[in-house]
Amino acid sequence: MDSSADDLHTAPAAALRESERGFWRSKGMKRFRRNPLAIAGTIIVIVYILIAVFAPQLTYFQLKTIRNTCVRDLGLSVDSTQKIVEPWTGTFWRSIVAPPSSCFTIPRASYSSVPAPASGKLWLGATSGGYDIYYGLVWGTRSAFYVGILVVGFGMLMGALVGAVAGYAGGWVDNVLMRFVDVVLSMPNLVIAIVIVTILGQSLTHVMIAIAAVQWAPYSRILRGDIMAIKERDFVDGARALGARGPRVVLRHILPNSLGPLLVIASLDIGAIVLTAAALSFLGLGAPVGYADWGQMISFARDWIKGPPGQPFAYWFVSAWPGLVIVVFVLGWNLLGDAVRDVLDVRS
Amino acid sequence: MFLGVTLIIVLLMQLLSPAERASTYITSPAQLQHIDVVIKQYGLDKPWYNQYWRWISGALHGNLGYSRVAKMSVAQAIETRFPNTVTLALAALLPIVGVGIWMGTAAALNRDKIVDQISRVVAIVGWSLPTFVLGIWLLVIFYGGLDWFQPGQLTVADSIRLSNMTAGGTFHNYTGFLVIDSLVNGQFGIFLDVIWHLILPVITLSAVTSAQIMRVMRSSLLDALGQDYVRTARSKGLSERVVNNKHARRNALIPVLTVSGFTIILLFNGVVITETIFSYPGMGSWLANAATQLDYASVLGGAVFTAVVVVFANLVVDVLYALVDPRIRYD
Repeated sequence: MDSSADDLHTAPAAALRESERGFWRSKGMKRFRRNPLAIAGTIIVIVYILIAVFAPQLTYFQLKTIRNTCVRDLGLSVDSTQKIVEPWTGTFWRSIVAPPSSCFTIPRASYSSVPAPASGKLWLGATSGGYDIYYGLVWGTRSAFYVGILVVGFGMLMGALVGAVAGYAGGWVDNVLMRFVDVVLSMPNLVIAIVIVTILGQSLTHVMIAIAAVQWAPYSRILRGDIMAIKERDFVDGARALGARGPRVVLRHILPNSLGPLLVIASLDIGAIVLTAAALSFLGLGAPVGYADWGQMISFARDWIKGPPGQPFAYWFVSAWPGLVIVVFVLGWNLLGDAVRDVLDVRS
Repeated sequence: MFLGVTLIIVLLMQLLSPAERASTYITSPAQLQHIDVVIKQYGLDKPWYNQYWRWISGALHGNLGYSRVAKMSVAQAIETRFPNTVTLALAALLPIVGVGIWMGTAAALNRDKIVDQISRVVAIVGWSLPTFVLGIWLLVIFYGGLDWFQPGQLTVADSIRLSNMTAGGTFHNYTGFLVIDSLVNGQFGIFLDVIWHLILPVITLSAVTSAQIMRVMRSSLLDALGQDYVRTARSKGLSERVVNNKHARRNALIPVLTVSGFTIILLFNGVVITETIFSYPGMGSWLANAATQLDYASVLGGAVFTAVVVVFANLVVDVLYALVDPRIRYD
């Protein structure tokens, strides 16, 4: 069974069907490349991905001067810290691929109770408690992608399971599962997440569980529709005629054919997922204090809305930088997502 | 739908220990001393379906437990806070409908002209401003910097005056909606104060949604303007205004309503964050506070109530469908 040819045919999008002409020269991609907003969105997202990947290198200066236990946990001494920026060392790659969890702890320049403006050591200033804003934002990008990718992955797994069972089994199983999906989708996801985090306890892992608990629902619905359509196709009958049983038909023949489009849709959700996670952290339901996380960075600003008398904007940096990082991130995903949906739109 | 939501919530509660679950049944601080009695009394060590039945019959009688955060019963807390949230949400509908539909229409009718370009920029910017960032930024500028607006629902002076009047019996809470009650009681100053305090939260809450509605309105109106029935109406000699308003716009509103169904749910997310930022005494800030202080009774009660409201709001959208689209009839 040549599955690669079928991959292309079962994709719901007309644009994908054209990929025999070469992906880059297909009509959809041409439109994508001619759309300046799409290009801008792509560039923004790529920049954020690069920031997340090279977070250890981008914060080399902070690791060396302000210091947290990250350097020590990488097995480096004060003198060998520079290994982090030397690509020929193992430490360089280790810091990128598997940094110790202590690297996500924002180093504290001081224990001051008021925010400190930018200075030589503090590129963007520090929040109250001396947490370095620049470090928090760079490593926060990494933890944002970490949350986004894990939630999408888990959501897809769960969605694929429920969708596959519902789509293949049909009948009352399908009915019960899809009503359940309706219920999940009818509630505001932040409220569900708040309930779940309250019951499980506050931590970043629980935030991810809480978001994934809602995120799988739309995926299962999409996959169910795909499976119902694919189920009727000849090659599935063929597989069944050859003696393949239900689970094998679903896993080997149906799922590989319908996962592609779902993967595209799901990965575009990363932007929204990161935003929900940040919102939960902002409300004080996410990561512990001092963990590099965008929502927490901007929640520091809640205590520093007003400056001291006479200097109303004295603490502007506490809210401006984290806010800017989040807004540009959302903008990038929105532009990219919009353009991709445009390309995948069957009508056009 | 309601049964589904409550069932899921009660099943989730099984993850808690009986003592923690007991907190939903406690209606006064005194009962906290005798947790064991409460657990026995309400059968919290019994299987889940027993508990579900007990809980739902309690909920239907308005007994949702005691809220530690609000220092009153959950039902009372909802009663005092819900009108404030409704006021905020309805006030946010004004810019959503006004800016969203009006600007979307203007953009589509003047395609590629200056209005359209401006609306596109506004849409992209508004759409990318997360509620919690926009809210904080507005507060920093207009409260921290300029001191034009303050968080909360009333200025300190006005809220003291209000509580004195309520205690003295000269201010009556007829509806629970402060906007209406202040007018009925002839307290025009308080009315203005409430409206003034609504401005920033409303901008915060409506930014993303307005932008979304505007985009949908623009594209669906452009779609409708290209349809045959619009050309027919034009060729019949109808004026441009009648064609646009009666023929094109009415049809273009249908996709907008579909999107509104989703945006209502988004609006609830926004309410939680907006109210927290502006310390606005509504359901959202209460829920968020309760969650950070592990006040299970409030979180569960609030969530169930939210579910009811969402179901009701979707019902309203369905009715609006029928009003806009005469092809849809509910028997």
